[in-house]
Amino acid sequence: MMTIVFQLARALVPDSFMSLEKILQDKKPTILQGWFEAILETYPTDTRRFLKNKKDRFKNPVAHEISQGMEGIFDQVISGGSPDEISPFLERVVKVRAVQDFTPSKALAFIFELKSLVRAALAANLKEPQIHEDLLSLERKIDELGLLSLDLYMKCREKIYELRVNEVKNRVGRLLERANMICGIPEREGDPEVCTTDNLT
Amino acid sequence: MAKVGSPEELARIDYSPPKKSWMDIPPEFREGRWCYGSKAKDHAVVGLPNPRAWSPADEDWKLPDNWKEIFLEGMRERLHKYRSFQLFMDICVRCGACADKCHFFIGSGDPKNMPVLRAELLRSIYRGEFTTAGKIMGKLAGGRKLTYDVFKELFYYFFQCTECRRCSLFCPYGIDTAEVTMIGRELLNLLGCNIDWITGPVANCYRTGNHLGIQPHAYHSMLEFFCEEIEEITGILPEPSFNRKGAEILFITPSGDVFADPGTFTAMGYIMLFHYLEGLGLDLTWSTYASEGGNFGFFTSHEMAKRLNAKMYAEAERLGVKFIIGGECGHMWRVCNQYMDTFWEPPKSLETPVSPITGTRFEHAKEHKMIHICEFTADLIKHGKLNLDPSRNDPYRVTFHDSCNTARGMGFFEEPRYVLENIVNHFHEMPESTIREQTFCCGSGSGLNTDEFMDMRMRGALPRANAVQYVHDRHDVNLLSCICAIDRATLTTLTEYWVPDVEVSGVHELLGNALILEGEKKRTMNLRGEEFPWVEEEEEEEVEEAAEEVADEEAAGKAEGEE
Repeated sequence: MMTIVFQLARALVPDSFMSLEKILQDKKPTILQGWFEAILETYPTDTRRFLKNKKDRFKNPVAHEISQGMEGIFDQVISGGSPDEISPFLERVVKVRAVQDFTPSKALAFIFELKSLVRAALAANLKEPQIHEDLLSLERKIDELGLLSLDLYMKCREKIYELRVNEVKNRVGRLLERANMICGIPEREGDPEVCTTDNLT
Repeated sequence: MAKVGSPEELARIDYSPPKKSWMDIPPEFREGRWCYGSKAKDHAVVGLPNPRAWSPADEDWKLPDNWKEIFLEGMRERLHKYRSFQLFMDICVRCGACADKCHFFIGSGDPKNMPVLRAELLRSIYRGEFTTAGKIMGKLAGGRKLTYDVFKELFYYFFQCTECRRCSLFCPYGIDTAEVTMIGRELLNLLGCNIDWITGPVANCYRTGNHLGIQPHAYHSMLEFFCEEIEEITGILPEPSFNRKGAEILFITPSGDVFADPGTFTAMGYIMLFHYLEGLGLDLTWSTYASEGGNFGFFTSHEMAKRLNAKMYAEAERLGVKFIIGGECGHMWRVCNQYMDTFWEPPKSLETPVSPITGTRFEHAKEHKMIHICEFTADLIKHGKLNLDPSRNDPYRVTFHDSCNTARGMGFFEEPRYVLENIVNHFHEMPESTIREQTFCCGSGSGLNTDEFMDMRMRGALPRANAVQYVHDRHDVNLLSCICAIDRATLTTLTEYWVPDVEVSGVHELLGNALILEGEKKRTMNLRGEEFPWVEEEEEEEVEEAAEEVADEEAAGKAEGEE
């Protein structure tokens, strides 16, 4: 009975009295669809078709990571999530884009697409003072998201270079160390210096 | 005054790629997406054509004046020589079944990484230069002429294919796009356009015997070092034999197992297994001359693969062994099982492999006289010959990555799984569409496991990583095991980027952990020297028990005194 009363009340309350979060939550599927399609636009036509149509996460991990990440970002942003709460979702998208064929700006441009999608979704409510104010605050949040994505992008790129360095170090350094081909400085003062060069003779 | 757009119009930047035909979009050589060019010194060692200093990023690749003629003549020769190549050029109907099966396409989104389009790069030249329709109608018949830009494009994309063959699994005509890549690379080689990470190991392997150019005494030292490590862990010092004439079995493994972590722990597993079996009649020797199971010649040309492979049978003959066991390696397995006995006549001393422990006769290897160590070990376990304690691997929750060459190359699925089932208590498969014959490549095979190619490698690694992530999330999997040396090195990098909580190991490393050696001391650590998590608890319990005993004794003493 109570449920019916709530549903009736919900139907009678005009959209204008709803909070920004509630409106966006209601329009979430449309916004996410538009956001996903906007990011697809950055890929070549043939690829776009594949990314859009292949639903299996194991056959199409790029679309899976992007869509899951986007949904998480959206939920966190509209509900006022902290950078720590948003980061794991944002990272899923950025991690993929950071190794693909994009310049940094192109890789991260999708963040700002969210602004126009949100504005379009709120077209009917924009004149509401509260909605307008909340929207400005939300847009500031999306700008912050842009900065956060820059941090994450750099983290990925630094990781890539760290991986490169580690591979090179592993290839040579440990080999020499293990074969006792280097003269190392002892860990503690007074310890004998290990310097076996028998292998080189 | 010119009309200025609205702020929204001005702020909107179109990021969509240009809508042009693929033939009109030349590749952009960006860092991280191509491998460094081969060096003149390495060309000189093995007699590869056109030795010179060059870089794929240069405008001028310093090709000989008649480069086009050399390329087309090479293509003509191969069209006649390999019936498969001629067929693959003619029969593709561009159905697209292979298009979304390549890990590089899935991860990068670059349409030219679709296997159909990668092969089309060469097929279009075939049409444009060799078929009448293509010569006359050009683009309309899908043909084009070989130009300098087209040549560069071939280099770019044939060194963005790991020859993993996943695409061929889905081709209704059975076109093996990996073979198209192989021929493509051979043609590039005719003009001296290979990559440093392939020709360097090739030259080292030819001159010194292994990819890193490690000399026999260093190889020997490394294995001795492993024996000392094993002694520290088990209290037993194995004494493997080297270059021993008259041994029954020759063991050859990729040098990555001897020189690169985490392969080194797998090598320790082999040594422990062989030591264990000595008492049961195993008569096996290592060789410091046939010190490389891998064969980067396979990524250069059929001829180079043959030259580098020569040392295996030569060493087997010199030592007079009866058969060869190969370590955990992917492309070695493919070269040895698919090509070796047609490269060379096996030496007369070799026989069909028969396990000296179980008497099992490996009929499938009667032609080339070589078996994979996982077959050997699975057979030992099946006959109850190994004393195992899988609980020592309990800190690991394990999954298994099928390496492309063992899985798709020869359908080698069950043996490693059987071994794993008997040496670990927690095993979880990745989803069906990502394992066995459908396995996803590590993204770094066929000589592309070089650091400057990292962006491409990480793109190509995503489909595999995504499946690893799935079992990590669902079953808390923390170890990705495999039976390929390149995998052991490259999956480690893959997981560090995509799934940082998962480590990588060989199957025989886990076997080494589980294997109970006769007379060994109580194990407190795994082969990586990491203490088992329960050791500390046990020690605490022992201390508590000892304290209780002392307290009891004191109490008893006191009671006696009171009496």
